[in-house]
Amino acid sequence: MNMIGPTLAIARNTFTELVRQKVFFFLLIFALLIIGNSAFMAKFSFQEQFQMLKDISLGAMSVFTSLIAILATANFLPKDMEDRTIYTLLAKPVPRHRYLLGKLLGIIALLACATLLMSALFLATLWLRESAVLMETRAQLSGAPGEEMRLATQEITNATFNMNLLPGIVIIFIKSALLASLTLFLSSFATSSIFTIIMAAALYFIGHLQATAREFWLSGVEVEWWSRLLAAGVALLFPDLQAFNLTDDIIAGTAVPLALFLNTAGLGILYIAVYSALAALVFSGREL
Amino acid sequence: MTWRKIAALGFLCLFGASVLPLQSRLQREAEAAHFHKTTLTINLRERIGQAGFLAALSGFRSPLAALLWIEAHTAWENTEWGRMAGLFETVTALQPRSLTYWDMAAWHMAWNASVAALQNVKQPSEALRTRAQRAYIQLGKDFLERGILNNPDRPQLHVQLGVLLRDKMEDHCAAAEAFLKASKFPDAPPYAARFAGYEMAKCPGREREAYDYLRKLYEEGEKQRLPSLINLLRQMESKLEIPASDRVLSADTSSEH
Repeated sequence: MNMIGPTLAIARNTFTELVRQKVFFFLLIFALLIIGNSAFMAKFSFQEQFQMLKDISLGAMSVFTSLIAILATANFLPKDMEDRTIYTLLAKPVPRHRYLLGKLLGIIALLACATLLMSALFLATLWLRESAVLMETRAQLSGAPGEEMRLATQEITNATFNMNLLPGIVIIFIKSALLASLTLFLSSFATSSIFTIIMAAALYFIGHLQATAREFWLSGVEVEWWSRLLAAGVALLFPDLQAFNLTDDIIAGTAVPLALFLNTAGLGILYIAVYSALAALVFSGREL
Repeated sequence: MTWRKIAALGFLCLFGASVLPLQSRLQREAEAAHFHKTTLTINLRERIGQAGFLAALSGFRSPLAALLWIEAHTAWENTEWGRMAGLFETVTALQPRSLTYWDMAAWHMAWNASVAALQNVKQPSEALRTRAQRAYIQLGKDFLERGILNNPDRPQLHVQLGVLLRDKMEDHCAAAEAFLKASKFPDAPPYAARFAGYEMAKCPGREREAYDYLRKLYEEGEKQRLPSLINLLRQMESKLEIPASDRVLSADTSSEH
């Protein structure tokens, strides 16, 4: 039996439903944030302006995608139960894991659209600011020798867009998809969306400390047994979200080696697959 | 708890154990590529508060640094130099790979704060004003030196350190070393090498070395043959009493200039 069709139908329906819930209104806030930011920054030097535009835009991108991932995923199961649409769906020959997969794909599609739209807005603002600064600099250096002009414009273009921003944005998207699958796993046994949201938020913070706990556990430092056990628990049970925080350093101009990008993306996809599979396992035995 | 939940928990532990080597390898790779260099210490926690520390821990170091930088800018507008220095410490601790923050922090301290300290009308003692000026210049130098330690793979802060040593401290020997270090990087600006030569020429005891160095630059071709370099070479040839036959400019000078 072809199961791709129903899964995609559920994904499409989830995506449409989220769009109808006016999720994309956050883009207005994002636009206001970066446009307001760039207007306010006019009094800073161009290096400071570009640095802060990137800091705030990519930070906001990370916040918005994480929020959408957690809130949209935590909400769909309780909502489907309340609306009773889940019963209609599962009464048809759609296995539970397909239902979950369809829902997750719909949310991931929404996250991809959100990331693309925010990236387009951010890059357009960056390009506009760069053009303005370049024009200003060319006018100021109109009589200067060619070499001086070349160095000045090169300094400006180096401070604005660099190719490393793109892998950084991809990693922000993968991290949000990971958060969506983690929330899906939580909601597969949770009884309310509030519980799922609180737990997901807590896991978000714990996930960022996982690397510290892992290091502490594996370092072999002489500590109380329960301390070591706690660190081991955190290291084994929670994802290492710190590994996906590459943008902070990318903004500062650090280049991302291809191997590091691919390994980070690979780890993210592995986490997504495992959390989705575990969600399907738990949800398949849940009484509805 | 049903068997499914227990199985899920067990599988999660197994999965966690199996990805541990991958996570550790990834962390090593990231550190080798200069990622995740920020150390979030208790000292930083005291400076940015609980909410700020939580934000920094959760992957929002860069927006937090940007907000603090805006605060530092406001402090600058109000000429609160001490507060500015404290905020710069925090921003650079949050974003140690950002050259802009190190560079601007050093510039504000060594140029703006130092001049303001020297012209401080509230301080009648000139000796104390001069001491404060020197302290701010030293603070600017410290920012650049710490910036270099955090960014050993980039030339820009070496250049800025050279400029500070040359213009604010008049330590030409140290400035020459800073420019020389910058010029060794493949992406160094072309003037770094020339600046190293100019400063070396002002460093007592290194005149001959400076002449040889500048001559080598001159021989690199048209790109380095700027009026300052040619004039300096000419002056040094006279000062070092280089025989006319050995002078690099003897033949070229008349035709070029």
